[in-house]
Amino acid sequence: MIETNDLSKQFNNDFWAVDGVTLDVQPGQILALLGQNGAGKTTTVRMLTALLSPTRGWARVAGYDVTRSPQEIRSAVGVLTEQHGLYMRMTGIEYLDFFGKVYGLSPGTRKMRSEYLLEYFGLAEAAKRRSGEYSKGMKQKLALARALIHDPSVLLLDEPTSAMDPESSRLVRDEIDRLRSSQRTIIICTHNLAEAEALADHIAIIYRGRILLNGTLDELKRAVLGPVEFEAKFAEAFDVGEMDLPEGATLLSRSATSLRFQIEAPQVVNPILVHALTSRSAPLVSFQEVPRKLEQVYLKTMAAAQGVSYAA
Amino acid sequence: MRRDLEAIWMVARREFLDQFRDWRIVVPMLLLVTLFPFIADDTTRQAVNFMNRFGGSLILDHLVPFVVLVIGFFPLSFTLVVALESFVGEKERGTIEPLLSSPLEDSHMYLGKLLVGIITPLVFSYGSIAIYLVLISRRPIEFPSVYMLALILLLTFAHAVLMVSSAIVISVQATTIRAANLLASFVVVPVAFLLQGETMLIFWGNEDVLWYAIAAVTLLSGLLVRLGLSHFRREYLLGREIDTLNFKLMWRKFKNRFVGEAHSLLEWYTKEILITFRQLKRPLMIVTGLALITGIVSYMWVVSNLPVYVNLTPEIKDEIRAQLSENITRLNTLGEVLPAHLIFFINARVTVVSLLLGLVSFGTLGVTIFIGNMGLIGGVLGAAELVGYSPLLTFAAGILPHGIFELTAVFLATAAMLRVGAQLVTPQPEKSLGETLLLSLADWTRVFLGLVLPLLAVASLVEIYVTPALIKLAFPYL
Repeated sequence: MIETNDLSKQFNNDFWAVDGVTLDVQPGQILALLGQNGAGKTTTVRMLTALLSPTRGWARVAGYDVTRSPQEIRSAVGVLTEQHGLYMRMTGIEYLDFFGKVYGLSPGTRKMRSEYLLEYFGLAEAAKRRSGEYSKGMKQKLALARALIHDPSVLLLDEPTSAMDPESSRLVRDEIDRLRSSQRTIIICTHNLAEAEALADHIAIIYRGRILLNGTLDELKRAVLGPVEFEAKFAEAFDVGEMDLPEGATLLSRSATSLRFQIEAPQVVNPILVHALTSRSAPLVSFQEVPRKLEQVYLKTMAAAQGVSYAA
Repeated sequence: MRRDLEAIWMVARREFLDQFRDWRIVVPMLLLVTLFPFIADDTTRQAVNFMNRFGGSLILDHLVPFVVLVIGFFPLSFTLVVALESFVGEKERGTIEPLLSSPLEDSHMYLGKLLVGIITPLVFSYGSIAIYLVLISRRPIEFPSVYMLALILLLTFAHAVLMVSSAIVISVQATTIRAANLLASFVVVPVAFLLQGETMLIFWGNEDVLWYAIAAVTLLSGLLVRLGLSHFRREYLLGREIDTLNFKLMWRKFKNRFVGEAHSLLEWYTKEILITFRQLKRPLMIVTGLALITGIVSYMWVVSNLPVYVNLTPEIKDEIRAQLSENITRLNTLGEVLPAHLIFFINARVTVVSLLLGLVSFGTLGVTIFIGNMGLIGGVLGAAELVGYSPLLTFAAGILPHGIFELTAVFLATAAMLRVGAQLVTPQPEKSLGETLLLSLADWTRVFLGLVLPLLAVASLVEIYVTPALIKLAFPYL
């Protein structure tokens, strides 16, 4: 697991790259760290891999303190760096074997893990080709395989699907999902909001080194965009007239064939509301939640942080 | 230990593999190694013919060792390419971060890369020398002795370590190959001078003096390796914008260190300079110990060895005394020939030069100057005894009056310079090499401006206006 408290990093005694970051990611959870370039995501990850020491605060990764047990942390963590960092004159299999050695795996385990990962990521045929000849997506997959070579309990992935085609991205997402099910603790730094939405249990938005928001997707949506919205659609034009709405429901907009509500506690309010509509013989064909994307949450949060107005 | 060696070899092996798959490194190396010995062989042949025609056996006798040194040096220029590629190249291509994120220790990575940087060019260098020696063996020219060859091979090895360790220090300070190449001139130029110096030693004809060159280059290489090792840290490699110079920040840091927490000059002298004194305790002890040892050894050497070289007959002693007597009569006008401000300027300049030499050699060259001066004092006292004067009286009257101030200043300046050198090669957590240098220089400047300059000023006045009078009082019969 990953725990941080007031984790901060100052450079040159005058610039706080990370300022008071507090996180808690349990085994089997994925945290997506979102933010602009230079927001402090990479510095945070580097502190979690014991590459940089915190100026203030503390962090524990896989049960080890980043300051006291850097070597143990590096052994327990798999890192996918911002740049893939491949040695272009090494073949795929040589590259994985080298990192297997670096992580202290036995020759048998190295061979088995390398072959498994190459096969899994569809690189088996290219295993004996130099990685310099790989496509961008293949390089990214090989880098991910490197991060997984020692079967780490904690994964820190910086843009894991960048430069990948949709099929490969899906493969990587599935692998990350599978790793979650095997109780890995995972942090993903990404600009791909759809990916974060699809994978993350928790999302943290970081801006100028500070965490602006941290929670589940639903918590974030509620905090930033307000209560959940539902839309009732009618088969034909229907005038619902003046209607007594149950407590916790607010009518946001209406058209001839639809009504949109904001609802505080859907599990309580929705049955009452649907009953009220059907009792008025409304030709109700659907009553469903209006999808709200992480993108809206992110853009609105960033707009607020920068003091500009947000246009939905 | 075995685990460490395995880890170092693992890093080195990958580097070897990487290099030997890069034709841009292998092809020029092979060309240089195979072609240059033939060119050198032909040049030797022509030089031999020329010198046989016009005479020049002195040069001819040492021509082959010189060419061996040069041939060995050419492939070593690749140490820079290999080392810069291995360190900065990895940083620039982003391949270093996965390595830094692994459980490998900083020293494993550093030593593995150092090994490759040294071995590859050295193998090519020795290969080139071997080809040349085979070619030269067919010619009617004196083949160098095994002893001489061994010395040159050792020197070549020391060059390789020196260049690679310097290149690594540069690499730690750069994030791009371009920046590193620009900085590499700081290696090439001094090494070129070094090579010229060694050439002079070879043509001097005394093989044994090459040991001094080997010892000096090895010492410097060792210090550079330690410097590189102390600054090859993950935190530093990834955490800073080291290609940019922030003069404002540098000045602020320098000023803060120089001024400390003092609010007035008095407070600076009473609080801050005291702190500096405490910091200088150990270097001052070292410097004092060195001064005593050098002074005594030099005194004893002169007393026991000078008579072997110079036959100090009573007539010669009288002649020396007469000369001294004449010199002492001129002491009254010393202030005109050598005014106090000039002495002050010369001494201050020597202090600064000592610092600069100390900076490029981590204190060693600065200390060498100091040792030279202390040896001179010991030698003068020994010579005084040989011509019949009391060395104690000579010291008390001729050196001590201004020496109280001047020697104190020199001791302090040398100790401060030595501390700068020591700081550079000592791991400083949370500090970059540049920061360490900046803060060490601020400490040195504190000592220089706060103590050394005032002491030298007083010393120069005493030397001109007090010491001559005391010498006359001490030696009235002269």
